[in-house]
Amino acid sequence: MTTSMDWTRLISRDRPGSRLLIILLIAIIAVLLVAPFALTGAKAISICVKIMIFAVLVASFDLLLGYTGIVSFAHTVFFGIGAYGVGIAIIRLGASWTSLAVGASAAIVVSVLLALVIGLFSLRVRAIFFSMITLALSAAAQTLATQLSNLTGGEDGIIFRLPPALMPSFRLLDTKIFGLTIDGKVVCYYFIFAMSVTFVLALLRIVNSPFGRVLLAIRDNEFRAEAIGYPVFVFRTLSNVVAAVFACLAGVMLSLWLRYTGPDASLSFEIMLDILMIVIIGGVGTIYGSIVGAVAFLVAQGYLQDLLKGASAALGSLPGIGKVLSPDRWMLWLGLLFILAVYYFPTGIVGVLRRPARRLDSSSKPSAKERLSIVYRWMGRAR
Amino acid sequence: MTELLLNLENVHTHIGLYHILQGVGFRAQRNRITLLLGRNGAGKTTTLRTIMGLWPASKGRISFAGTDIVGRSTSEISRLGIAYVPENMGIFPDLSVKENMLLAARNASRVTDIDQQRLEWIFELFPAVHQFWNRPAGKLSGGQKQMVAMARAIVEPRELLLIDEPSKGLAPAIVNNMAEAMLKLKQSGASILLVEQNLQLAREVGDDVAIIDAGRIVHTGPADECFARDDLLKTHLGLALCP
Amino acid sequence: MNRSDLMPLALLPILMGCAYLAIGNPAAWFTLTIAGVAMGMIIFTVASGMTIVFGLMDVLNFGQGIFITVGAYLSATVFASLSGYVVSPYLSENLLVILVAVVAAVAGAGMSGFLFERLLVKPVYGDHLMQILVTTGGLIVGEEIIKIIWGVQQVNVALPPFLSGAFVIADVAIERYRAFAFLAGALVFFGQYLVFTRTKTGLLIRAGVHDREMVEALGYGVRRLFVATFVSGCALAGLGGVMWGLYQQTLVPQIGSQMNVLVFIVIIIGGLGSTGGALLGAILVGICANYASFIEPKVALFSNIALMTMILLWRPNGLYPASAR
Ligand SMILES: Nc1ncnc2c1ncn2[C@@H]1O[C@H](COP(=O)(O)OP(=O)(O)O)[C@@H](O)[C@H]1O
Ligand SMILES: [Mg+2]
Repeated sequence: MTTSMDWTRLISRDRPGSRLLIILLIAIIAVLLVAPFALTGAKAISICVKIMIFAVLVASFDLLLGYTGIVSFAHTVFFGIGAYGVGIAIIRLGASWTSLAVGASAAIVVSVLLALVIGLFSLRVRAIFFSMITLALSAAAQTLATQLSNLTGGEDGIIFRLPPALMPSFRLLDTKIFGLTIDGKVVCYYFIFAMSVTFVLALLRIVNSPFGRVLLAIRDNEFRAEAIGYPVFVFRTLSNVVAAVFACLAGVMLSLWLRYTGPDASLSFEIMLDILMIVIIGGVGTIYGSIVGAVAFLVAQGYLQDLLKGASAALGSLPGIGKVLSPDRWMLWLGLLFILAVYYFPTGIVGVLRRPARRLDSSSKPSAKERLSIVYRWMGRAR
Repeated sequence: MTELLLNLENVHTHIGLYHILQGVGFRAQRNRITLLLGRNGAGKTTTLRTIMGLWPASKGRISFAGTDIVGRSTSEISRLGIAYVPENMGIFPDLSVKENMLLAARNASRVTDIDQQRLEWIFELFPAVHQFWNRPAGKLSGGQKQMVAMARAIVEPRELLLIDEPSKGLAPAIVNNMAEAMLKLKQSGASILLVEQNLQLAREVGDDVAIIDAGRIVHTGPADECFARDDLLKTHLGLALCP
Repeated sequence: MNRSDLMPLALLPILMGCAYLAIGNPAAWFTLTIAGVAMGMIIFTVASGMTIVFGLMDVLNFGQGIFITVGAYLSATVFASLSGYVVSPYLSENLLVILVAVVAAVAGAGMSGFLFERLLVKPVYGDHLMQILVTTGGLIVGEEIIKIIWGVQQVNVALPPFLSGAFVIADVAIERYRAFAFLAGALVFFGQYLVFTRTKTGLLIRAGVHDREMVEALGYGVRRLFVATFVSGCALAGLGGVMWGLYQQTLVPQIGSQMNVLVFIVIIIGGLGSTGGALLGAILVGICANYASFIEPKVALFSNIALMTMILLWRPNGLYPASAR
């Protein structure tokens, strides 16, 4: 009894709302937890890490899109600030935990300030300004990162070392455990795992707090929320700041794993599209969707790109087909998939999983029901 | 003798998640001025907007001159012969009075295409329109704007005018002109559904009354009978009339 | 448009004056100003269509950049296939090829705009969130299609003789193409001015930008008007693409989305739905970008963001917002 209480408190009483989803989430966490032992091959492990990073990045984006009802194209900017912050600090101050902390803290401070300024200027009048301005900002940030080459390494980015305990040459134990050498890379993996779990739970906590409820009220009827007495602009700006901090932390996670940061790795529009794609596939306004979506998308991405490569190799002789199926045209398929997902799959995986659950279990908790109706409403057309 | 022009039956309207009209039903007869009365927030504007198709009715029937109009587009409803003068008057401030009037004449591409006799008649009813013909409409005073808004509604002959609180914020003298103009319009054969908070104006022009409260019609009947009943006015309009 | 608020116009001399002090070299300053104004006129060509589309239907197309790209590439194709006319010493043949390029670009961008509206924008009216997402998807798909058709390598466009080189007035060299772009942009502005003040459709669009519902209540189907406006906006973007492509003389598939960022800044500065605001905003952005790329090239794009920030501080709705919503 008490243990179940504790569990729901951990997820802020925001139940996944579907048995299948619970199983899925447990399975995902279990796989991620044992991945270094169970999975061989650098690609599989790097997909796992990418999942953990994107779960945080996308969950923080979901706070904006799903809970606040605004689209930010500057999410990669904060991701980049986190990644570059760590990289630059380590390059300048040496590979120590202190410089890691300094870099991350400085990045967070910069993110907060920038998010605050963006919010102050763009959310004051109308939310659509926000999308336009963040788009401009993300373009500017990309140019800036490539231009300021003595700080950022330009196009090439920067490669750096981490504190010794996180480097592959480090040995935590002399003996192998289940046939795995516990080196710095494994330590780093679990460090990122811990961060990912903590940050996603924190976001879950935030969206289920009174603050999160106000955001939902604003998203559903801005006019009404303002009339009830919530300063819409202030809440949206705060939400933007919170989302920026978590995106920045995701950037820190990225640079920890890659020991590298560059414009393509953290700032590119492609990453922005990945975020959008994952949030839609997973389920907008659910937080859980970011986890499920990241798994579905990143695993599929890993395989689909191989598939395209094979297909274009096989059909490349046919005129035109080769061009369309070329792996270089990956974005074409991604874009099409994205449009189709927005139209035909707006509730995402989580929405689909929750739907039958509601029909079968009519006595489900009001909070789950409430959440459901939000997802449906987000589908728009029920206006 | 009377002929049914507009008939609402059990009309429901949702705005977003909110259920605003919860079963509105009343009738407006041809060549009469029907008053729609109610407190602030009762749903009067929402009713007019629902008739106009600007909010979709989620349930119920609205028929105009025998045609079912629920689900039709606003422009279609307008072309069937309903004109709308919204609460904010809906003037296009960047355009001159002339251009405002030109837009109201759907088939005219130039002012000279408008029926000149009708235009003269409109100028007589609303002299301000003539006086400020070339002025940007945004520069006019509230009363003058209201005149333009009403004039715009009758550039083309329409069977029914929906007018939302025309006296709001206007000086008493102008309100009198307004009442006169409305009575003249009625004489010319038009029918009006008038939302009005100014009881004096309402009394002066109204033939029939429908009272709305919290999204429901609570009373319908002839105007003189309604205005004689203090209880109605007190409970549903929140007014105690001083004689 | 016929507003008597002249305060924002003072921004132009202020910006020019500050830049003059920072640059210190009159000839360089003058050349940059000319280049900036020419660039501004090109941006205006694109922004004017987009701002009206937004004003009229509350539709913001994040994929507008694709029509710039379509226009630029189509004109490049025309130039390449009629290269004899391009290099011809006869002005009439030069003008003919430009005319063909413009017609091809405007028609191509207009038609793809029509498809875009049908397939992507129409199902998401009234829902900004969905519009942003779907049109962003459209931008990506469109850009990839451009890459499939024209390749990823950059394409070079050569200017006809009468547009290349510069002429000198009082020691200041003015590139011919910049003067031409300025004239073309001015023509676009004047044409729009005539449409918006002299035709009933223009009046309807202006009225609709202010109060769409009232236009409908007067009996006009705004949907059809909107589709026509949207397509015209895309055609204008295509025209802007031709002008921008000739200005840059090298095309990359991202040319449109890069410019779109500037267009957004212009629309925000000018005020949503305002043609006059878009003109002023475009010129401000054009000269600001040119001054900045001379003074400190690394922050060129940031200079425009800074400009926008300052203007929003002064007027949160932009300089001349036309839409009351
Ligand atoms: N756009 C809207 N969104 C939510 N609620 C609205 C909206 N417009 C009106 N309402 C609500 O509908 C009710 C009726 O409004 P209205 O028809 O304007 O009243 P009135 O009788 O004063 O004209 C009010 O409670 C108002 O708060
Ligand atoms: Mg009202």
